Amino acid sequence: MRIERRDFTLDVDLTLPGRGVTVLFGHSGSGKTTCLRAMAGLERAPGGYFAFGTQVWQDEASGRQGHFVAPHRRALGVVFQEASLFAHLSVRRNMQFGEQRAPTSERRFALAEVAALLGITPLLDRSPGQLSGGERQRVTIARAILAAPQILLMDEPLAALDLKRKLEILPYLERLQRELSLPIIYVSHSPDEVARLADHLVLLDQGKAIASGPLREVLSRIDLPAAFADDAGVVIETRLAAQEADDLTRLEFPGGQILVSRRDEPIGTLLRCRIHARDVSLALVPQVHSSILNSVEATVVELASTVTPGHVLVRLDVVGEPLLARITRRSADKLQIRPGLALKAQIKAVALLA
Amino acid sequence: MDWQALSLSLQLAAATALLLLPFAVWLARRLAWSPFRGQGAIEAAILLPLVLPPTVLGYYLLLGFGGASPLAELYHALTGRALVFTFDGLLAASLIFNLPFAVQPMQRAFAAIPREVREAAWVSGLSRWQTFLRVELPLAWPGIAAALALTFAHTLGEFGVVLMVGGSLPGETRTIAIAIYDQAQAFNDSAAAGMSALLLVLSFIAVALVSRLGRSVTGR
Repeated sequence: MRIERRDFTLDVDLTLPGRGVTVLFGHSGSGKTTCLRAMAGLERAPGGYFAFGTQVWQDEASGRQGHFVAPHRRALGVVFQEASLFAHLSVRRNMQFGEQRAPTSERRFALAEVAALLGITPLLDRSPGQLSGGERQRVTIARAILAAPQILLMDEPLAALDLKRKLEILPYLERLQRELSLPIIYVSHSPDEVARLADHLVLLDQGKAIASGPLREVLSRIDLPAAFADDAGVVIETRLAAQEADDLTRLEFPGGQILVSRRDEPIGTLLRCRIHARDVSLALVPQVHSSILNSVEATVVELASTVTPGHVLVRLDVVGEPLLARITRRSADKLQIRPGLALKAQIKAVALLA
Repeated sequence: MDWQALSLSLQLAAATALLLLPFAVWLARRLAWSPFRGQGAIEAAILLPLVLPPTVLGYYLLLGFGGASPLAELYHALTGRALVFTFDGLLAASLIFNLPFAVQPMQRAFAAIPREVREAAWVSGLSRWQTFLRVELPLAWPGIAAALALTFAHTLGEFGVVLMVGGSLPGETRTIAIAIYDQAQAFNDSAAAGMSALLLVLSFIAVALVSRLGRSVTGR
């Protein structure tokens, strides 16, 4: 679809998976919100084409003024950045608002079920004015789900909340994703949210989609523009393997193991870890005299220059799992780092995302 | 007490409020949500009756409604009636000079509804019309109620425009405000005092009633 604005043109051609969480990531002004609004039918891209599965929601390609399904006829739910509850109705009535729109046969979830899932059961008889920002946003999500959408669009649903509220909502979003098989398109400018929620990632820059693919593929690309390079890093899916005696927890993934501060989740829990390229250093031989505990066997795949002066970005392969390291050009030359070289990747810091 | 004048005033006020309601709602939504070229000029024109001396407004209305004007001819062709010194003309004038009282509170009320709330209603499956009825109207209700109260009370009390356009024909254009003036001119103090007190009470009740209505809706 293509949308032209006075100071901005959105021109994207994307095919997104019909399951899991797709995050549209970009800086402000990149067109991610416009993109989402066009999917919802709230913006009408002249000459645009948009289909959801087999349903064509807009087909006005090549100047045809034709097929445009109005927002209220699209089987979708939208959660906006600002909570958009109906102030004149109670929480329960707000949620029923979504529910009664869905034909009984298409209803997939009961109100009580969704309320429990989002932890708003005690709030049902309150009015929106009596809720905190985080609670309001959860009710908005509940209302959207009850309208039996086939896809959920979320436009920076956490951006208006402070960190504490964000942390309060994130687990609910993850639960949502696990327990309802509902594809979600999620607009965000927060790398943390991407790392935590995304299965599929689309990078938008100045109205163009510059990358689109499974999370790990996109994150491990080293050819991305400067705007994204500073946050370069990968996300690794690990399994909680064991609790160590000295207050450390051992996580395992196909490429090795990682020790982190003690986590209280049960053994077997899947945990996502984010590893920044700047927190990975490289060594040719095992470093026994080092304070860095986490070290994995890796093979160099490719190198690329980066915006940070004097540094290069190295893409590594750790038994099929990609890993990025940002090291100085001097070190790269000294160690003669080149594609195919086997070495040790030392991980200085791991951010656990749950 | 001039019951005929009182009844005429109440009819005029009720008719004005009812006829103005749909138009003012449409205009207020338009002004609040879809900015258009020349909006400033339109808004200024709507506000004019607030600052213009009623006699000036009345004078122009008299010109516009006068026997030879195209508007008067059209109206005569359609209904066989005149616009000057008739109830019809009074009502037409009343619709015009009440515009700011009807549009302003509604415009503020609609402007206070965030865009996301309307969009949330659309994507929850409501058509534009259903959104209007089930989300916008209830949310804007206090403003709409206030607008109706103001319009009603202001019509009861309008004097200058009525006198210019309608004169003081009993049963046709003599409203209670005109009747009070006539009685006071005739040094009939007790009649003027009685009607003034009645008008005061009526206006007070109208405003109090509707403002309470508005509160009860928002407080739900």
